[in-house]
Amino acid sequence: MNALQQKYSTEITQVLGKYPPDQKRSAVMPLLYIAQRETGYITKQGLEEIAEILEITPTEVGTIVGFYTLYHDRPGGKYRVQVCTDLACALRGADDFLARICANLGVKVGETTADGLVTIEEVTCLAGCDRAPMFQVQTVEEISYHENETVESALDYIEGLRRAEGTREVSR
Amino acid sequence: MSELVLLRHRETPNLENLSVYREHGGFAAFRKAVTELQPDAILQEVKNSGLRGRGGAGFPTGMKWSFLPKDVFPRYVVANADESEPGTFKDREIMDKNPFQFLEGLMIAAYAVQANAAYVYLRGEFWQIARKLDRKIAELEKAGLLGFKLMGTDYSLHVYTHLGAGAYICGEETALLESLEGKLGQPRLRPPFPATAGLYGKPTVINNVETLANLPPIIEKGSAWYRTIGTEKSPGTKIFCLSGHVNRPGNYELALGANTFRQLIYDLGGGVPGGRKVKLIMPAGASSGLIAATDEALDTPMDYESVNALGTPLGSASVIVMDETVSVDWLVKKTVRFFNHESCGKCTPCREGTYWMHHIAERIHAGEARLEDIDLLDNVARQIQGKCLCALGEFSTMAVRSGIQQFRADFEARVGR
Repeated sequence: MNALQQKYSTEITQVLGKYPPDQKRSAVMPLLYIAQRETGYITKQGLEEIAEILEITPTEVGTIVGFYTLYHDRPGGKYRVQVCTDLACALRGADDFLARICANLGVKVGETTADGLVTIEEVTCLAGCDRAPMFQVQTVEEISYHENETVESALDYIEGLRRAEGTREVSR
Repeated sequence: MSELVLLRHRETPNLENLSVYREHGGFAAFRKAVTELQPDAILQEVKNSGLRGRGGAGFPTGMKWSFLPKDVFPRYVVANADESEPGTFKDREIMDKNPFQFLEGLMIAAYAVQANAAYVYLRGEFWQIARKLDRKIAELEKAGLLGFKLMGTDYSLHVYTHLGAGAYICGEETALLESLEGKLGQPRLRPPFPATAGLYGKPTVINNVETLANLPPIIEKGSAWYRTIGTEKSPGTKIFCLSGHVNRPGNYELALGANTFRQLIYDLGGGVPGGRKVKLIMPAGASSGLIAATDEALDTPMDYESVNALGTPLGSASVIVMDETVSVDWLVKKTVRFFNHESCGKCTPCREGTYWMHHIAERIHAGEARLEDIDLLDNVARQIQGKCLCALGEFSTMAVRSGIQQFRADFEARVGR
């Protein structure tokens, strides 16, 4: 039994129970979410542990990480702020919204703030078109939606995260 | 406005609570199905209702079910809750606010095809909704509505949620199945269709969330009642997702064919900000062809047949409205960027074509292109069409080709300066 299995044994058993016993591979996506909780991204060790549980190769697990956008293969901020700039959101000012947030935080899209707390990402449609500008926040624990935002409300939100985490405002 | 069939939570507070849902007739249809009706009788009722798939294709639901081969078990039912089409946000509201009607529909579908396991495949971003559905499913198990040997019969049913992780293509039903099997979400070659070889190679029905939410009222009140709503060929209500340049964007549940685009945009949506004029609409999200906002188009009733006659399908009824400030070369840059990002990479024409369309469209919008690049863009789109395993490739060309055809001046204004 590997470390991932030991730490999350009840949850992993529950996940495997959703699928027929001979179709364990179906559990690769839920197991990746569990593994991602450890460090915020999927490590080589995580790939190997999942592969061992599901009896597939680490390469097969790795292709899944590469294919889906909510799995990460490198470290990022504790909070990944993911702004939709697709057509419907863009018609409500999402491009400008994203640019101004980046400018205020002193980062480019894809970068992490100097305190390591927030990564700003540009993503495709999140099914919140009627409440744009909007973004979702991905952490290792959950994904939450933030809709009908303004640049000010978004920056306030990020400032709130910093206060809660006790990190210093770095640039604004 | 017609009566609400799907968004009933808007007039019934706390409908997401099991006790409230049951007080309002909830699970009477499922109980009736399991204890009184033969599976074939449900199939026939759904066929008679004329219900068509609400995910975008508009295929008759009963007919889809009838393709399952006889006597091959186990079978599966999968709810497609991958809602990812830009401009679409209806399934999210149903699952979040009226979850039991959706789950009851899924359960009726499962009984109708005698599946003992059903999966809800949600896009990963719907993490919170998945957790909510997990809690609702646990309540149903506790209430004896899910589990083994239901209501004194031999029928057993379990429902499971499965979270995707960010991939538009997984809304395509065979890609969804691949993803659910733990593989890359890439579409399968068809035939065989999922009805004969679906999840784990077994007969499988895949229906959209909104489609499934229609089933409880159809079984409870009958297909004849259902057919009193909507048109002869497009019965029932449809949720129209209104977004873009409108004052009141949101979901509007309307009888199919009962309202025109003009009524949706102006009467319900409150018109365009600043009183500007509508330039064009996309009725099916980013996958849609462009409809120039002529009087004829604005006065077209919104049902499958009438919208199709304008040259592009109604699809998922995700109506994106754009006013005269929008330049179509910018719009196309947006849609092809999306499809380039979401192409799964399996078919060369789509993988390479969306890449090149993205780059050419960016070049045009940046004012760095030559006049002949407009035809080059159109040509790349033409070469994708009809050459891909799934519809994504086709979808990526819709705005490009209809945009250049109808709004060529917008592109020309950007080039050759």
